[in-house]
Amino acid sequence: MRYSGFRVIKEGFFGQKGWKPVWRDPDPKPEYDAVIIGGGGHGLATAYYLAKEHGLTNVAVLEKGYIGGGNVGRNTTIVRANYFLPGNSEFYSHSLKLWEGMEQDLNYNVMHSQRGLINLFHSDGQRDAFARRGNAMINQGDDAVLLDTDGVRKILPYLDFENGRFPIYGGLYHPRGGTARHDAVAWGYARGADQRGVDIIQNCEVTGIDIEGGVVKGVQTTRGAIKAKKVGIVVAGRSGQVAQMAGMRLPIESHVLQAFVTEGLKPIIDHVVSFGMGHFYISQSDKGGLVFGGDLDFYSSYAARGNLPMKEHVMDAAMTLMPMIGKARVLRSWGGIMDMTPDGSPIIDKTATDGLFIDCGWCYGGFKAVPGSGFSFAHLMATGRHHEPAAGFRLNRFRDGVGLMDEEGTGSQHNLH
Amino acid sequence: MRITCPNCGERDRREFYYQGDALALTRPAPDAGPHAWDDYLHNRDNPAGDTQDLWFHEAGCGAWIVVNRNTVTHAIDDTRLAATVKR
Repeated sequence: MRYSGFRVIKEGFFGQKGWKPVWRDPDPKPEYDAVIIGGGGHGLATAYYLAKEHGLTNVAVLEKGYIGGGNVGRNTTIVRANYFLPGNSEFYSHSLKLWEGMEQDLNYNVMHSQRGLINLFHSDGQRDAFARRGNAMINQGDDAVLLDTDGVRKILPYLDFENGRFPIYGGLYHPRGGTARHDAVAWGYARGADQRGVDIIQNCEVTGIDIEGGVVKGVQTTRGAIKAKKVGIVVAGRSGQVAQMAGMRLPIESHVLQAFVTEGLKPIIDHVVSFGMGHFYISQSDKGGLVFGGDLDFYSSYAARGNLPMKEHVMDAAMTLMPMIGKARVLRSWGGIMDMTPDGSPIIDKTATDGLFIDCGWCYGGFKAVPGSGFSFAHLMATGRHHEPAAGFRLNRFRDGVGLMDEEGTGSQHNLH
Repeated sequence: MRITCPNCGERDRREFYYQGDALALTRPAPDAGPHAWDDYLHNRDNPAGDTQDLWFHEAGCGAWIVVNRNTVTHAIDDTRLAATVKR
């Protein structure tokens, strides 16, 4: 079933009764060529690209909850490619290109809106750093415009430009950055994978990974044993627990990151605005809610809710940046569990077990990486070779110290990102 | 979240700096080899449940504190001075 404008109009005449569920609800088969543990955005995208790019369709995605119920439905939906370091830069550049073709490719409206993203700066030193980042982005083939104060004032007139502590000197404008409807991305990939024959199995928790003689043989689940020639672990937020089933310890600490949304308002914030000095960023959803967030709570947590001091800090930063926001009322806040790696960059790699692959460590930047991660992980699982744009995301870079990607420049140890 | 400092009593979480897993107290020998050091510096059990963290009472007495904490509920059931932990 293809979606089209004509179809929407037609269904309007017939009481919307023609719509069908967009993916099947199959029972697990006893054996697959490949099993993906984790039906989040990355896992579904992996299954989709395994089928589409590599013709591997005897594939199951095992999800312990429901599709769209994890971090892919709990983030702040920002899509961008404004990374600086080699290794990250080419990966996110590739991912953004996949975003730009995603809706046509999936025949699914993910409401991808390239409304532009502005990273603000507040000193000469910061301006230099952002000019350098902008040049790196342009060298990568992406877009970046360095704005001065007046340039920012033209597009974001509501900011507090004369703030005593953080006067706005300008911003790095990334016009192709923006947002997307987060759970539609999960649904779109689930539908696309299902249409190509992938089994999406919900309410199916993996409880063990079967390994014999250093080779993966399958998984144990709450819905029985499933044999598989290849197994991919894509369970950000729970990577440590699942990796432990394969006898691995990961360079990951789980932290909670909070986000907030206000009641629906008329359109006021047309872009994504990032205020790095206050660890604050904001956009407005198509429903009208202001969606914003801050930094980690900075202690290991699986609670999916944060503490009050970080809420206070985020509200402080919001008021510092745009005092008008004081009139908005916060509707709700929530916390997501982040796989934090020592250098703040992700991992897409083989493991010491033959046939077992892992995709994890997305820190607080997993959403924009959904298509790129799925594409590169599928490439690795299907061919056994790293996909060039993701070749830097090695698991062993911490051990050998080669190719660390510390984007923030704060160091490559836990609790610094 | 409030943390009981063994010296100062129950205090606001904001007075403390979080260092991470208390495995920092079991530092490998200098010649233990790269695998032991990689494990110590980077790899973590990262449990969903009971854990032992190191917190620094930065805005208080300056003590390093070992905190027994549940990462799912944020409940804290024991705190003691890192200086008194046997190595």
